Amino acid sequence: MALDLAPEKLKDMFERMVLIREFEERAATLMEQNRIPGAVHLYVGEEAVGVGVCSTLTDSDYIASTHRGHGHLLAKGGDPKLMYAELLGKATGYCKGKGGSMHVADLDVGMLGANGIVGAGPPIAMGAAFAAKYRGQGAVSVCFFGDGASNQGTFHEAANMASLYKLPLLLVCENNLYGEFTAQADHQAVKDVADRAAGYNMPGLVVDGMDIMAVLEAAEIAVQRARDGEGPTLLECKTYRFYDHVGRDFGRHKRDEDEIAYWRARDPIDLFQATLEEQGILAADDANTITESIRARIDEAVEFAEASDEPVVDDLLTDVYTEVPA
Amino acid sequence: MSEKNFINAIVEAVQQEMERDLDVFVAGEDVEIGGVFGTDAGLFETFGKERVFNTPITESGIAGLAVGSAAAGLRPVIEIMFMDFMGVCMDQIVNQMAKMKYMFGGKATLPIVVRTHSGAGRSMAAQHSQSLEAWFCHVPGLKVVMPTTPYDAKGLLISSIRDDNPVIFIENKRALAFRGEVPEEPYEIPLGVADIKREGSDVTVVATGYLVKDALDLAEEMAERGVSLEVIDPRTLSPLDIDTIVESVQKTSRAVVAQEAVNFCGLGAEIAASIQERAFDYLDAPVKRVGAPFSPVPFSPVLEAAWLPGKDQLRAAIEEIVPVPA
Repeated sequence: MALDLAPEKLKDMFERMVLIREFEERAATLMEQNRIPGAVHLYVGEEAVGVGVCSTLTDSDYIASTHRGHGHLLAKGGDPKLMYAELLGKATGYCKGKGGSMHVADLDVGMLGANGIVGAGPPIAMGAAFAAKYRGQGAVSVCFFGDGASNQGTFHEAANMASLYKLPLLLVCENNLYGEFTAQADHQAVKDVADRAAGYNMPGLVVDGMDIMAVLEAAEIAVQRARDGEGPTLLECKTYRFYDHVGRDFGRHKRDEDEIAYWRARDPIDLFQATLEEQGILAADDANTITESIRARIDEAVEFAEASDEPVVDDLLTDVYTEVPA
Repeated sequence: MSEKNFINAIVEAVQQEMERDLDVFVAGEDVEIGGVFGTDAGLFETFGKERVFNTPITESGIAGLAVGSAAAGLRPVIEIMFMDFMGVCMDQIVNQMAKMKYMFGGKATLPIVVRTHSGAGRSMAAQHSQSLEAWFCHVPGLKVVMPTTPYDAKGLLISSIRDDNPVIFIENKRALAFRGEVPEEPYEIPLGVADIKREGSDVTVVATGYLVKDALDLAEEMAERGVSLEVIDPRTLSPLDIDTIVESVQKTSRAVVAQEAVNFCGLGAEIAASIQERAFDYLDAPVKRVGAPFSPVPFSPVLEAAWLPGKDQLRAAIEEIVPVPA
């Protein structure tokens, strides 16, 4: 049982989940106030997946992400200051303001970028897994993608190649029940995306994506399998997007109230908090203290971003190419 | 120095770069048997399956393999068997490979070579014959190389593999049989530098791919008629060495741009526009374009011969703008 993990590790996981939640709520507010240009796709409700999986990884391991990528970067160790600066389009951001929310990346922690194209991640993560195998240093590569992306040919191509070449890849489907605004039942012919693993001769597991310990335990097995050279695993995490495709407001996209209530009652942070309190790892007031301290960290990060300089127009054409040394 | 054909020259380039740099690997459809055109002959036998391997017929997967492995530090040389098949993997090339560096604020380096075969003349019809170089020239972040002679092919391929940017390396099918002197040792030809294949004084012919040969053949013929052609092969289409072209036009006052691709919205249009912007006052006649008509490539040898632009069209274009001595 993974609850055998050191209490510090478990507390750190809890803190990361709260960090993602608070980061996203503030990002939504900033977008609503037009302080963030463009759009943000919020990870609220899905925190157990990113944190659970990334808790099994090191900085040498790779992850490929999605348009809903803030949570993945924070789970992998991203810095909220540099993230907000990027979301605000500032020169101090992760991508110097050239990428924004949909392309935020930190190669130093192995994060191969959020991605504006649904389904683009699996081949890229597969390529990183190939590099890990080629180099023989035991690194693994993880691809986060949604139920929507699992309909793209790229998912199937990457799954086939990863299994064929026995690459150290973990395909993590965050099945949040919607592909943009279309419910899963209306966009795909299977209920469990994990069933698709059979077509590629790899294990396919379904786990409760609201239960971080279930996610972590499954990910540990899959990551170990990958590190041992036994090839890829498809891990489907059943989760729920608490907000709309873009931003918080459901707008024209009406959902069933009972559905929302069911999943809200299974909030992954509340579930983990209850577990940790039961185990005596968190004392009665610890969760509040953690949340308060994270809110202070978020305030500081937003202040940093807002105080940061805008990019200079002279930098418009830099970074298109890697310059050839003279 | 010894005489080699185009295929031997490029195989030698890949072989020498693979010996020099262990991060270079080759992947593509049927590369283990040397590729369908023989352009990978012997590589599998020399380097084995770890570094030279067949992929499934899965172009998005192949391109994604390149993107992910390059982002993780390798130097992939991938092959898309026919240029027409690039349509299957355009997202990975155009949205991922080309843009990752810029989107990430310069922090990604993607040293990738995408080798592919273009061109008509073999009755391979509409889906195995196209010259789509303009598609890729239109995308910032990619370099596009299209050599014609064996000497250029070897030096440009070595430079492409050593370049830290994604390079689309186009091998014209009819040019694969061209022979020429090629040094045994590795050498680089810098990307973005045109070559004046023949000096002349009456008209500048900017030709690419097989049209370079047509232009040089025609130059002999026209010389006998008292017309002197200066033939320029840009060799690299992006970045384009427009300076060399403009300097030539300033000398000759006339220009014809010749390409095998469909004329409309092709590279020839870009070159013609640049010439009139940069050398309008030097021009004694409109800049002419030679290229394919606006239809898919036909199958029938009779129709294909009528479709394929060549020496006759080039001669007609020159005769329209150059006074030919009686």
